[in-house]
Amino acid sequence: MEEKITGSEILIRALADNGVECMFGYPGGQIMPVYDKLFENQYGVKHYLARHEQGAIHAAEGYARATGKTGVVITTSGPGAMNLLTGLADALMDSTPVVAISGQVGSAMLGKDAFQESDVISSVLPVTKWALQVRRPEDIAPALSRAFFIANSGRPGPVVIDLARDAQIGTAVYEKQTAPFIRSYDSDPEPREEVIEEAARLINESKRPLVLAGQGIMIAGAEKALSDIVEKGDLPVATTMLGLSSIPSDHPQYVGMLGMHGNLGPNINTNRADLIIAVGMRFDDRVTGDIKKYAPDAKIIHIDIDESEFDKMIKCDLHVHSDAKKALEALFPLVESKSHKDWLASFDQHRRVEEERVMARELACESPNGGMLMGGVVRKVCEAFGNDAVIVTDVGQNQMFAVKYSKFNKTRSLISSGGLGTMGYGLPAAIGAKIGEPDRNVILFCGDGGLQMTIEELGMIMEYAVGVKIVLLNNNFLGNVRQWQHLFYKKRFSSTPMVNPDFKMIANAYGISAADVQETSQLDAAIEDMVRSKGAYLLNVNIDETDMIFPMTPGGNGVDEILLNESEYYKPV
Amino acid sequence: MEEQLFTISVFTENRVSLLHQISMIFSRRCLNIESLTVSACSIEGVHKFTITCRSTRPMMEHVVKQIEKRIDVIKAFLYTDEEILFQEVALYKVPTENVVNMDIEEIVRKHGARVLEIHPEYTVFEKTGHTLEIKELYNHLKPFGIRQFVRSGRIAVTRSSRELVDEFLEKREKSK
Repeated sequence: MEEKITGSEILIRALADNGVECMFGYPGGQIMPVYDKLFENQYGVKHYLARHEQGAIHAAEGYARATGKTGVVITTSGPGAMNLLTGLADALMDSTPVVAISGQVGSAMLGKDAFQESDVISSVLPVTKWALQVRRPEDIAPALSRAFFIANSGRPGPVVIDLARDAQIGTAVYEKQTAPFIRSYDSDPEPREEVIEEAARLINESKRPLVLAGQGIMIAGAEKALSDIVEKGDLPVATTMLGLSSIPSDHPQYVGMLGMHGNLGPNINTNRADLIIAVGMRFDDRVTGDIKKYAPDAKIIHIDIDESEFDKMIKCDLHVHSDAKKALEALFPLVESKSHKDWLASFDQHRRVEEERVMARELACESPNGGMLMGGVVRKVCEAFGNDAVIVTDVGQNQMFAVKYSKFNKTRSLISSGGLGTMGYGLPAAIGAKIGEPDRNVILFCGDGGLQMTIEELGMIMEYAVGVKIVLLNNNFLGNVRQWQHLFYKKRFSSTPMVNPDFKMIANAYGISAADVQETSQLDAAIEDMVRSKGAYLLNVNIDETDMIFPMTPGGNGVDEILLNESEYYKPV
Repeated sequence: MEEQLFTISVFTENRVSLLHQISMIFSRRCLNIESLTVSACSIEGVHKFTITCRSTRPMMEHVVKQIEKRIDVIKAFLYTDEEILFQEVALYKVPTENVVNMDIEEIVRKHGARVLEIHPEYTVFEKTGHTLEIKELYNHLKPFGIRQFVRSGRIAVTRSSRELVDEFLEKREKSK
């Protein structure tokens, strides 16, 4: 019989056997036995020390989003576990596979308000796909095997394993696990043949079809299946924000991004289409606007692996229950080769209006009020990196400008907090992305507000020499809230101006190269310096505080009721 | 849209935290659970929750999908009263002297209740039936002085001859 080892060692062996190469974490009292075992570095699982548990979990999310692998985070009990909540909620909303391991007090002390005890399972259940407390060392390996299976199958999401101290210090024989069978959970449903046939019929009969591609494309590895089918059927395809980079930006059938700050073409034509084919997306309220005015002339086919999304926001005509790849591959032979030339051309007319009326001003970069405009800065930076970097954003105006003015030609190139809109996500997520994809350029676009929410993670960049390029779009304002105050709250800028520190000095204090860019004339050279720099870099760009992101569909409007600027609605022909 | 009373049957694995996982789906949407019964069902290792809740059909259909989405939930079904046979159990405790002195026996027999225990000081009656029937007997016994009264949550079986959860589990085992 094999020798008994401690639960802590079982945990690390099980992590290695589940393919884990690295994890992000922070030690503390009730996880010390595991950290003690990690000290020996026996199983090749590298640990990155974050500066705050929230930073650790966002880094795990960024790692997962960049690589498709499961991100792992490890913390102590009580405050350590509670600091994960924001990241767990974020990962659940955005279908990000994360396994979080939290230390827990010994089981005899549970429920007795022990030092650093908190009810982790009850706290995390609403923000996780699955959670389990483990109290015995022999239960660790099966629990981990389930955790990794659940986190990264079906619709991915976060899983928490709450590991009581007795499980860490007790001993058991390690048994390598095979993939678990969970009878209550069908992670990979097959699309029904008759539903696929009906979907193909609707597509073939349609005169004005529109494909809406979500992150489900990339999760299922359906990028090729998507481009194949839209090329064959000449189907225009728009993406959600999280669906960006699932199809190259210059693909002939790609017509832009959906949503509140999306492109004019796909938003206007949502309400002119006669068929919507929604793939791996969930009709978020930022995508649909007022649902009563949504896609009035269209039949809707919804392809999703998560059955609970069907009819949740929008009543659909046909539900295809499977992952995007299976559905699109099954549809491909049944979809007729067609041309929708005029329908595709109708997107161009809106695109030209947007380029002339909205984007040209931004791309000039120079603001008449002094300072620079965000769209122009984003475009210049992305082009300087050959438009093939991984773009990571924080949340707010910086995010909207980053996604609108970047171009993508590789999959998994946009990492952003979509559903939860978590400020402070950007910096740690970018660090995780760079660790996961060390050979790709990783650019973080963030604002001065969001950066300061997790700025302590500059410490991770310093300690592990993580070469993230940080572009700080600094307007000394909480810009997105400012924009709403400007438009809807009579320009009463309540608690949005910020007195900021010297960010260049802060970066330098962490050993990170940095430069301030005061005016447009300095920008090109500064970007060039950043591109040439070897390691991490912070570019602090002076942004005009009055810059606003347009087009915009204000809340309560239909998707085709779009502001081109603060006073003018778009009137399409 | 019109609200009505729905019955939700949920089949789950027998694990810690399932009650919490199900109840949080109701509380997040500010839905009040009217009654709740949980016990082992006929399938080894499977527990059945019977929940009643007053709401609209679209909301309840949404809730059922959210419940079923939880990993350890096997299946969840939504029913209106017409689609199921259902019962509650109630116990009524009355002072024995009142039972002896007054003509309580006929009331009890008329309502299909039975005597569970006679003690020198108190007598306990048991009744199985629908909510209104239980309430009705309560009203009749009230003049005799009810010392304690308790009513269970609803239990229910479907009017269909197929057991959908069995079919689901068979299919899953085959896919193993």
